[in-house]
Amino acid sequence: MLSLSRKDLVSLVVFAAVVLTMPIWLSPFGAAYPGLMQKFAIYAIFAIGFNILFGLTGYLSFGHAAFLGVGSYTTVWSFKLLTMDILPAMVFAVIVAGVFALVIGYFSLRRTGIYFSILTLAFAQMSYSLAYSVLTPITNGETGLLLARGDPRYVDQIFGAQMNLAGLPQPTLIGNALGGYGGFYLCAVLLILCFYVSQKIFASPFGLALRGIKSNQTRMNYTGFNTKPYTLAAFVISGMFAGLAGALLSITDPLAGAERMKWTESGNVVLMTILGGVGTLFGPVVGAWLIKYFENIFSAINTNMLNSFLSFLPDGVQSFFVTVLSKFVGEGWHLTLGLLFVLIVVFLPGGIVEGVQRLVARFRGGGQRGKATSPQPAE
Amino acid sequence: MNQPVPNIVLHAADVHKNFGGLRALSDIDLQVEEGKTHAIIGPNGAGKSTLLNVIIGRIPPTSGTVVFDGTVLTGKAPYEINQLGISRVFQTPEIFADLSVLQNVMTPAFARRDGAFRINMLRSVDSEAEVRDEAESILSDIGLIGRRQDHAGSLSRGDKRRLELAMCLIQRPRLLLLDEPTAGMSRHDTNTTIELLKKIKSGGMTKVIIEHDMHVVFSLADKISVLAQGRIIASGLPQQIKEDPRVQEAYLGGSVE
Amino acid sequence: MNAFLAQLLNGLDKGGAYALIALGLTLVFGTLGVVNFAHGALFMLGCFCAVTFRYLITIETVTIDPEKLSPWGTPLEVRTPLVQNWFGDFGAVLVDYSVPISLLLAVPAMLAIGIAIERGLIKHFYKRSHAEQILVTFGLAIVLQEIVKSFFGANPVPQPIPTDLRGAADIGAWLGMEVHALTYPWWRLVYLAFSLLVIGGVFAFLQFTTFGMVVRAGMADRETVGLMGIDIDRRFTIVFGLAAVVAGVAGVMYTPLLPPNYHLGMDFLVLSFVVVVVGGMGSLPGAVVAGFLLGILQSFASMTEVKSLIPGIDQVIIYLVAVVILLVRPRGLMGRRGVMES
Repeated sequence: MLSLSRKDLVSLVVFAAVVLTMPIWLSPFGAAYPGLMQKFAIYAIFAIGFNILFGLTGYLSFGHAAFLGVGSYTTVWSFKLLTMDILPAMVFAVIVAGVFALVIGYFSLRRTGIYFSILTLAFAQMSYSLAYSVLTPITNGETGLLLARGDPRYVDQIFGAQMNLAGLPQPTLIGNALGGYGGFYLCAVLLILCFYVSQKIFASPFGLALRGIKSNQTRMNYTGFNTKPYTLAAFVISGMFAGLAGALLSITDPLAGAERMKWTESGNVVLMTILGGVGTLFGPVVGAWLIKYFENIFSAINTNMLNSFLSFLPDGVQSFFVTVLSKFVGEGWHLTLGLLFVLIVVFLPGGIVEGVQRLVARFRGGGQRGKATSPQPAE
Repeated sequence: MNQPVPNIVLHAADVHKNFGGLRALSDIDLQVEEGKTHAIIGPNGAGKSTLLNVIIGRIPPTSGTVVFDGTVLTGKAPYEINQLGISRVFQTPEIFADLSVLQNVMTPAFARRDGAFRINMLRSVDSEAEVRDEAESILSDIGLIGRRQDHAGSLSRGDKRRLELAMCLIQRPRLLLLDEPTAGMSRHDTNTTIELLKKIKSGGMTKVIIEHDMHVVFSLADKISVLAQGRIIASGLPQQIKEDPRVQEAYLGGSVE
Repeated sequence: MNAFLAQLLNGLDKGGAYALIALGLTLVFGTLGVVNFAHGALFMLGCFCAVTFRYLITIETVTIDPEKLSPWGTPLEVRTPLVQNWFGDFGAVLVDYSVPISLLLAVPAMLAIGIAIERGLIKHFYKRSHAEQILVTFGLAIVLQEIVKSFFGANPVPQPIPTDLRGAADIGAWLGMEVHALTYPWWRLVYLAFSLLVIGGVFAFLQFTTFGMVVRAGMADRETVGLMGIDIDRRFTIVFGLAAVVAGVAGVMYTPLLPPNYHLGMDFLVLSFVVVVVGGMGSLPGAVVAGFLLGILQSFASMTEVKSLIPGIDQVIIYLVAVVILLVRPRGLMGRRGVMES
């Protein structure tokens, strides 16, 4: 029931090892600190979930950030009203995001192709605008939802948990505080779990049906599949992944803001998935890591660093290169991101994972057929 | 008087279909007997494909009903019609181009076994040995077993048609609709397909077949209906049809070979 | 009644902008079959054509007038735009009217940008899936806006309305109402007239030129036109250039109404897609009608009476309309059958 094929089991073990040893192998890259590694894990979960929808069914959602935001808000409210323990917070976040996805998916999935994309975008933008304006009592508007010392925390009160007298309370896991590496390992374990779930879905008859929908919806209908509930199930599952990612964002940093629901955030997860490789198991993870890593590194580089790095060049040449390069780093990181986006779609439509597969195939000298994994909308 | 009453499994009764002002089908009464192969022939534009689309629920008829084994098909969704035991081969093969040949054949088996919707996440496709064995045996029958791991999109047109046939056969349908199953095939492939369809015939599956190739029609059909200008102008045994003067006229005065 | 008319007018100029953007978007989609997520960025580039033009003609010389003293007791610095030095009063008019005059820069610049984008990127995506088109143009949009940001910074750059066109037109008086019963800023009126002019121009171009005829035929049936041996490629390039120009000039004239910033394009993109979808994918009249309709609806939704009735409606009205239209009438108001459908 819970077993995996040998190949998948090997993948899972390797994946788990890679994730759990992050603090070791990331240190040469200067990225082995919990704050960043948490982000790696959280956005990988977000992208894995997105890939279950886009990668398997071909439905391109441009509104997944809404579920990320809903997960965040739910978590903070669970902290405020019930308890600082993260387990109920995560469960609520996943459930609420799932319900949200059920409603949005029910309507959006009545259309396919670009109409579906626009519907999801419209729903997400509505959520975002409302979170900023009318729903301020729930979302605290532009400031974002924060913890306060005066929060009721009814469950914690019943159990007589000690009120942390100095400063704000911290999220706990069954009574244990989650600071630094604790937070990272929590996210890492959940990432491995999500990867496993994604493997199960990919290998199952359910996953096969979703792929059938992407490949040929007409044939699916004439083959006796009722495709609507299949796509809706995929939509809800991927919304729940996003909800979990949103919950983890708020667990590692207890606040929630509407900007998490903005459509640029939705665009980000699309980019991560495409960059890594749509419809592959590892692709979304690789994409999420690369983007978060480069975002972190590139946006931290400034002119001084460039100057010292290029100091071996003659003065005029140096200042020229520094001027040009400085447009691509620091504040200009998004320019690099956009270029990367264009280059990937133009030259490597299957993403990095497919590129690596092609390279491997070439080294083996085998005339393997190229896999058709380029993103395609549901027709 | 004591002739056994044939069991009519599919009955299209009084079917009319208008597209705007155009009469595509008028006054169609088609009865298909269980276990028989019923061919529908006719010149281009006679309404053969429209008739098939009305039966399968792709196009709603303007009036009239189609009944399959006591169930009215009109107004049902394609997947519901398939779940009743009707599979269809299309004129242009509808296959899963992105999936492997084996996955193409296994997918319909899950629809047959698990119904129209089931979230089956715990098992894996690879561990479904029964389904895989069945799929592989059908692939051997149609001669595609050697390509089971290939992408279906990479198959030749003729192979795609045979693959689609295999996808229908694994569902063990009670009624199989074939829209020109040998169009675009080489003579050799056509003969292989005829042999394959003959083999299924012995299995007791009912078939409705639309075909241009008279060689195919007369090799397979137990009964033939001739469609011209949206009407059935003749219906009967192959020998009767061959000799029917109206049929010869419908085929531009030429005799049916 | 007056309040109603006032809101109607308020919606019209915004509607004009929506209509112009959506027109280009749907033109590109209808002829090239490309879903262009960078179209909003083209509007934004148009805005910055106006900014650039003003920047160029207001390059100043600084002279020191020894006769006069500033309030701080230092010699007074006199800043004169170069154009004023060269052309005298005409130069001053040039500076005052920088926004409309910058159209002269924007048209060739946007045409060049449009052609470059089509030749360099878009043409490779005619045969790729819509998802890939969305992704590559989305990436392009990011690149364009980041380039603008690196030159002009992140803050909005306000553009002045020419002095003569400041203030408001007393439309009420024209209609025989009391004086000042219904006023409408002159520049908004100019924008409305301008957008109608451009829309009319585009339609006339498509209606009365051979080129336009082929484009319309292509929108109706791309394959046939391709088979007729018409040089589609060159026409595609021109259509894309035209769409870029329309979006660009819409941006230029909009700058006095909304100080442009680098991410303005993204905000307008989402809106204009909604407009296109509401109008019906691939329908030019649909895009225009939907543009004005949504502009007006938005303006009504922001009335206090409406907001107190349905809180937050002004924030979501556009998206709400899009959702309802897509679900109830998937082809939009005027869309044809079979466009972007399976």
